Amino acid sequence: MDPVISVRDLWKVFGSNASQVVASDELKSLPRSELMDRTGAVAAVRGVDFDVAPGEMFVVMGLSGSGKSTLVRCLTRLVEPTAGTIMFEGENILEADPKRLRDLRRNKFSMVFQHFGLLPHRTVADNVGYGLEIRGVPRAKRGERSQEVIDLVGLSGYEKSYPDQLSGGMQQRVGLARALAGDPDVLFFDEPFSALDPLIRRDMQSEVIRLHREVGKTMVFITHDLSEALKLGDRILIMRDGQVVQVGTGDELVGAPADDYVRDFVKDVPRSNVLTLKWIMRPPRPEDDLDGPELSPETVVREAVRSVLSADKPVKVVRDGELLGVVADEEILGVVAGEA
Amino acid sequence: MVAVAAPRQLPRLLHRYKQALIIGGIVLAWLVLWLLFRNIGTLPLDASALTPLHRWINDINDAVGASRNSNPVFLYFFNEIRLVIDEFVTFVQALIAQPSFGRPVPVIGWLGVVGIAGFVSLAVAGWRVALLTIAGFVFLGLQGLWQESMDTLSLTLAAVVISLLFGIPLGIWAGLSDRANRVMTPVLDFMQTMPTFVYLAPLTLFFLIGPASATIATLIYAAPPAIRITAHAIRSVPRNTVEASESLGATRQQTLVKVLLPSARKTIVLGVNQTIMAALSMVTIAALIDAPGLGKTVVKALQTLDVGTAFNAGLAIVVLAIVLDRVTTAATERRKLPRWAFFGGLGVTGVLVYLSYTYLWAAEFQSDVEIGSSIRQGATAVTEWAQDSLPLITGGFKDFVTFVLINPLQALLAESPWFLVALVIVALSFLIGGVRAAVVSAVCLGLLVATGLWQDSMITLASTLVATIMVMVLGIVVGVWMGRSKRADRFIRPVLDAGQVMPAFVYLVPFLALFSASRFTAIIAAVVFAAPVAIKIIADGIRAVSPTTVEASTALGSSSWQTIVKVQLPMARGALTLAANQGLIYVLSMVVVGGLVGAGALGYDVVAGFSQGQLYGKGLAAGVAIVVLGVMLDRLTQAAAKRWTN
Amino acid sequence: MARHNVLGAVLVGALALSGCSGAKVGDSSSGATGDCGTFNLAVNPWVGYEANAAVLAYVAEKELKCKVTKKELKEEVAWQGFGTGEVDAVVENWGHDDLRKKYIDEQKTAVSAGSTGVKGQIGWYVPPWLAKEHPDILDWNNLNKYADKFKTSESGDKGQLLDGDPSFVTNDEALVKNLNLNYKVVYGGSETALIQAFRQAEKDKKWVIGYFYSPQWLLNEIKLEKVKLPEYKAGCDADAEKVACDYPDYDLDKIVSKKFADANGPAFQLVKNFKWTNEDQNTVAKYIAEDKMKPEDAAKKWVDANADKVKAWTAKA
Ligand SMILES: Nc1ncnc2c1ncn2[C@@H]1O[C@H](COP(=O)(O)OP(=O)(O)OP(=O)(O)O)[C@@H](O)[C@H]1O
Ligand SMILES: [Mg+2]
Repeated sequence: MDPVISVRDLWKVFGSNASQVVASDELKSLPRSELMDRTGAVAAVRGVDFDVAPGEMFVVMGLSGSGKSTLVRCLTRLVEPTAGTIMFEGENILEADPKRLRDLRRNKFSMVFQHFGLLPHRTVADNVGYGLEIRGVPRAKRGERSQEVIDLVGLSGYEKSYPDQLSGGMQQRVGLARALAGDPDVLFFDEPFSALDPLIRRDMQSEVIRLHREVGKTMVFITHDLSEALKLGDRILIMRDGQVVQVGTGDELVGAPADDYVRDFVKDVPRSNVLTLKWIMRPPRPEDDLDGPELSPETVVREAVRSVLSADKPVKVVRDGELLGVVADEEILGVVAGEA
Repeated sequence: MVAVAAPRQLPRLLHRYKQALIIGGIVLAWLVLWLLFRNIGTLPLDASALTPLHRWINDINDAVGASRNSNPVFLYFFNEIRLVIDEFVTFVQALIAQPSFGRPVPVIGWLGVVGIAGFVSLAVAGWRVALLTIAGFVFLGLQGLWQESMDTLSLTLAAVVISLLFGIPLGIWAGLSDRANRVMTPVLDFMQTMPTFVYLAPLTLFFLIGPASATIATLIYAAPPAIRITAHAIRSVPRNTVEASESLGATRQQTLVKVLLPSARKTIVLGVNQTIMAALSMVTIAALIDAPGLGKTVVKALQTLDVGTAFNAGLAIVVLAIVLDRVTTAATERRKLPRWAFFGGLGVTGVLVYLSYTYLWAAEFQSDVEIGSSIRQGATAVTEWAQDSLPLITGGFKDFVTFVLINPLQALLAESPWFLVALVIVALSFLIGGVRAAVVSAVCLGLLVATGLWQDSMITLASTLVATIMVMVLGIVVGVWMGRSKRADRFIRPVLDAGQVMPAFVYLVPFLALFSASRFTAIIAAVVFAAPVAIKIIADGIRAVSPTTVEASTALGSSSWQTIVKVQLPMARGALTLAANQGLIYVLSMVVVGGLVGAGALGYDVVAGFSQGQLYGKGLAAGVAIVVLGVMLDRLTQAAAKRWTN
Repeated sequence: MARHNVLGAVLVGALALSGCSGAKVGDSSSGATGDCGTFNLAVNPWVGYEANAAVLAYVAEKELKCKVTKKELKEEVAWQGFGTGEVDAVVENWGHDDLRKKYIDEQKTAVSAGSTGVKGQIGWYVPPWLAKEHPDILDWNNLNKYADKFKTSESGDKGQLLDGDPSFVTNDEALVKNLNLNYKVVYGGSETALIQAFRQAEKDKKWVIGYFYSPQWLLNEIKLEKVKLPEYKAGCDADAEKVACDYPDYDLDKIVSKKFADANGPAFQLVKNFKWTNEDQNTVAKYIAEDKMKPEDAAKKWVDANADKVKAWTAKA
């Protein structure tokens, strides 16, 4: 399947001499702080490549200041990229004229913000209908559609409230509803839940998972919270100082961190929840008894614990009838013990 | 906490210490050089002496005046503007103030005006304010100043409407575009600090004597706050709200109309409020070119030093100001009037207007309980008492401040060679604000030399600094008090409002008796005008300090004094610097008034330039010097503020 | 529902009230205007002028049936108004050679309409108590003797000579220099400042010497004494830097716009013929300044008592 979004060698440099920086290979190779000292420019995004598949939940993760917000704003050109290409459904967004760009924003993608960005002088219903209003959708139709999405995000009954009368979680539901109202192909989330308290955050995460399942949209989700990333993401991109460190599924990151930075990151993750058997299996040894039970390599360790420990022989990891390796008590215990 | 913070603070402390040393060194060097070169190169200029520049300005002024009747710019451009404005003002006056349309009374009599004012207040500001409005307007009538008040109101409303008509769009533009903002800022500085006296006479040349000139004079001073505050409001709409709108594909115009303006509304209304206040503070000055209304009453009463009458009229201005202020301030809150109240109010207002149109008793304010004369007598009695019994004390105080503060500072500034002062100021600017600030100061100082009024500028600068210090002392003392006590706030605030809009001319008469014609009198007048602004800003700043922090400090056992000095004041330092900055600007705008009571120097130059043709050029140059001083001090305090608050 | 009833009651009540009370607007009509037309009279901001203007306006309105528009203006602006056609007459002019040159000689928009009969004097004055206790102070030669007494916070180690109204030409800095006086000119900046200074001086027996002028309403209240300076001789003030003589006496006159003079209407005739004395003006000024009468009433009182003088002004030439 063709990717919905395909980003190649994307650069964003803040500063008056931005174009000079991206034109010079030498400057481009400098670390951020040195570049700052030499030119006064900040390289927020540095040569980023990635693809997002249709219907995928793609998570971008990194510490504060790593350039996540800048990256996602480049994708919708809320921030003008300095160099690179961004293909959206086969169209280079960087070449879109203002009118085309507006069309894209109105119909193809929309965004949910960390600090909600609601209009304080409008009611919930009017906030949700805002995107439709600026497209010129007639009032009656707008009301209908707003009501639909308000119901979808579970805000029924609050249509006439003003944002400052709602809790943070509810405000972000409004933000979510506003983004959904225009029925976009892609949703961008910029740390939408980091301003919320943990319980509400968990609710909202489940909400997004539910919506992802129900409406089946492509989503790009920014977070600095690894557990959120692992919980939501089909694939995760890890950024550091504006660069991509690693892209992969959760178990890939935990099982095969690309460098110490990522390793450090995933250190505290409950590995048994993330790792699958394929990361802990070992090649069968001659003394192994190979007539134990079979499991698929994608089985999460935690789910395999019981069957491995209860079997008196090593468990075979098999895909399409092919034996990939075996997992015995010691491998399982290695993972579980490591967490303690 | 302490252990962690210490290593980081140490270099900063050292750094500060070092800077204090450098500044001390500069001042010391200045003192030594002053002793050596005293009274050399001070660039003095006699009161009636002129420089070629001054003569040249005179010639231009004469040439423009002489060509008035043949110049097409006058015949068409200015004339058209004048006609439109005249029509507009005359129309408003015809409605509420002046006999019109062949009637011996205005279209809407006092009862109708009270009804309309009450209804509008009710609709935008609620019951309480509506009652205040009605009481205020009736009070104007009882003072025996109904018609004068309505004339003033007409002129003020006209000036405010026109100010907003231009000011809000310009403010939006300046809010959206950095370049527009950069171009507009100095122009607005110029409009706000250039003394009105400088352009009053030329205005009547361009727009003739009458409402148009008065309106334009008023709006030159009153429009800048609307522009500045609108721009500020647009700029401070949260970035992410705008971004959210853009991300949904809104055009610039849609974002402006649907996001920026509604979000900025509250702040813009504050700008409207400031514009109204500024317009009201111009009432007396506009009276010098025949603007009708309360200003005339004040000016006339002062010809015979009739403080009672002047105070009565001044009080009417204060009442108008307080009513308009409370209405506009309350209008920023979200509120909805029940339908029945709205339509009921509308109906009643309609009836009142009809009555006031038809019946004499509702048209002309005639009352048996006339309180104007009691106010006049009371004010006169108080003034006389003060003039008789206080001068000994006040005179001593004046001499003390003059010898301890004003004279030394003035000696240092005005008796040093000009290049020495310039060097010191540029060096200090560099220390405070870096190269940029140093360049700005250098350019400003160069301009001061060019005006030919260097020594006068330095004398004025000395008084300005002393006045600003007094404003800040008052501001901190009263501001902290108001910030900590709601009750104090409630009682003091109206007094501050009065200080801001009560025409200076009214209190200058007793001040002259208490302090004689002197620089100190001028300083006190400036303090009366400028302190309210500083006090209000500081009070708001103190109140904005998070209550949790104050609570935490109290919980640790701080005394009130410790809480104020160690928590509230440091945390309100943004407000303190803003207060210093605004205090300075307001003090400067009183330089000319100071010239009327013995300040001499630039203020007197401007006043004399307004009064004598051959001094016009010099007056204009003095006006420019005041503006330049203002710009220099403004940029310096802003740079200092930036340093301090970061 | 109840609310609507209340409202209705209010409305009905108000209408009823209107039906039964009060005179209607327009019941009485105002006076008509004669063939005189409109007379735009500048009013400069001092009481003596106000007295002239009040009497002239009263006569023009009552006898000639003119529609008089008073415009309160500073001198500069008033003269400027001759050119723009907004001002017809200025009825007390103190010299102002610069304005004469500009508007009468150069722009030719104004012409003189003769003397008002009032004589003006400018000079240095001291409060009466001082003149009485130290009579020799009235001679400038003795001023240095007293310089110490006149010291203030503003004048440093010299005596203070309080100058004031910025509207008037002053040679005082030159005078002090050229007469070798140990004084410093301090600019009070306004007439108000001068009046307050003299009032306080007389009341508290303070030492004040300052620039002042007559006629001025204050002189009715406090008889300030003029200090004798070296006598004025024609031309002794030609070079502003070298002045060392007293100020000249002023014959206060009337200036009218050229257009107004050429039209030669009754109002112009009145202005041209208007002439009275210092006493006359002082009387009306006192009514206004001290008795706090309205200018119209003050004028009426004087006119009623001086019908013969007024007749002379309005007699057809
Ligand atoms: N408008 C701007 N001008 C200059 N520098 C900017 C701008 N916006 C971001 N930066 C810089 O770019 C870098 C990346 O910022 P960005 O906001 O993208 O980080 P982030 O990963 O989203 O951080 P956070 O988790 O705190 O939101 C930071 O160093 C920031 O200072
Ligand atoms: Mg971010």
